[in-house]
Amino acid sequence: MRQDGGASLKVVVRLASALRPHAGGAPAVDLDLPPPVTVGAVIDALAAAHPAVGRRLRDEAGAMRRHVNVFVGADNARDLDDLRTVVPEGADVAVLPAVSGG
Amino acid sequence: MTGQIDATAGDVVVLVGTTKGLFALTAGPDRARWAQAGPWFRGEEIYAAALDTRHARNRLLVGATSSHWGPSVYRSDDLGATWVEPEPETLGFPDHTGAAVAHVWQLQPAGEGQPDVVYAGVEPAALFRSDDGGVSFRLDETLWNHEHRRQWQPGGGGLCLHTVIPDPDGGPRLGVAISAAGFYRTLDGTTWEAANAGIRAPFLPEPTPEFGQCVHKVDRHPSEPDTLFLQHHWGVYRSDDFGGQWREIGADDLPSTFGFPVVADPNHPGTAYVLPLTSDEFRCTPDARLRVYRTTDGGDTWQALEQGLPQENAWLTVLRDGFAADAFDPAGLYVGTRTGDVFASPDAGASWRELARHLPPVLCVKTAVLR
Repeated sequence: MRQDGGASLKVVVRLASALRPHAGGAPAVDLDLPPPVTVGAVIDALAAAHPAVGRRLRDEAGAMRRHVNVFVGADNARDLDDLRTVVPEGADVAVLPAVSGG
Repeated sequence: MTGQIDATAGDVVVLVGTTKGLFALTAGPDRARWAQAGPWFRGEEIYAAALDTRHARNRLLVGATSSHWGPSVYRSDDLGATWVEPEPETLGFPDHTGAAVAHVWQLQPAGEGQPDVVYAGVEPAALFRSDDGGVSFRLDETLWNHEHRRQWQPGGGGLCLHTVIPDPDGGPRLGVAISAAGFYRTLDGTTWEAANAGIRAPFLPEPTPEFGQCVHKVDRHPSEPDTLFLQHHWGVYRSDDFGGQWREIGADDLPSTFGFPVVADPNHPGTAYVLPLTSDEFRCTPDARLRVYRTTDGGDTWQALEQGLPQENAWLTVLRDGFAADAFDPAGLYVGTRTGDVFASPDAGASWRELARHLPPVLCVKTAVLR
């Protein structure tokens, strides 16, 4: 993430491999967002750019799927302030599947 | 997604939905030599699948659920070579409901008289309808707003609408089964009513309540759409007036009246098949033998069909959609187990053979003859 003339922040969201086909094959998506940037705003922007990714992260009622994690740097957003977690300048954002399932 | 079903017009396709993806078994009309394809949607649960052959087109419809990424509906018009997941989302609750689809339990094309209509049953229990062959769906708000809904209780698989019985002639009449709410029907296409009269519910204070029954599956013969066969949590039932009144059948002949699937023979009214399990407490085949039971007199008497099925140490479970019949006469029958076996009969159950083994647990078996 970097400052962009003070008007917006560029956020790079790294995608799990299973999500990449739904984002045109890209391993990461660049987003320009007005500060302060929260995890919720990142997910909103990601869903707007790539709806098929968005519905894999949240259900149609807006709830994050239980086995999807968003990391801000090394920290799971669930352990911070969840969707209200502020993404600091320079932090990496990654969307990854939880180690769960059968 | 790679792979394609290698079959041509007149071949039978058996779709096998499992906990880890979709498989397909194909054969010619003689159903003698089988080929296996898949899996598609690797790692995803396939509760619902359909091969829609209306419109002179072979369209695969699949309801897949990823434990990480949630549910979706996919379609393929080239037998699995490519799949389309339309945008925006094809199957979702409107915002005002506050609900979200957990699983797609059923994808049911309507009759030939409604060649563009496809119904979807989902969890939480709701009915969706597509008027464009499964490209987009909309919620049946009337059923969703039914006054009973708040009292529906989830069965072991969740609160799901798992069965849709369309009118074979394209009329407005429609039936659905919900676990555990029971059978509901609309006769005019707009007004829904519970239709469980006569079905015992030993797990509820009233012996035969208006609703709340744990209906496992319902099926009917297309030429006798008033006659329904129903496998309940406790008992097998028949109705001759599309659910207006039910009477229990099979209690004298079947080793158990507990089971999940019921299949009506597509060619012979009055002929139906069930697959009893030991009991509610022990959901395995009785006596460790896999036996399908057939009635040819509307449920008055039942005969065991076991030739070619495992008869020793076969502790098997077959789920509600794990049993299907094709449209040939005699009908081909297909059974998929929770232990990954698929058995087939080309002669309405007289003889059986194993088509596949060591698949993931089977959730659904659906079949159609290719156009």
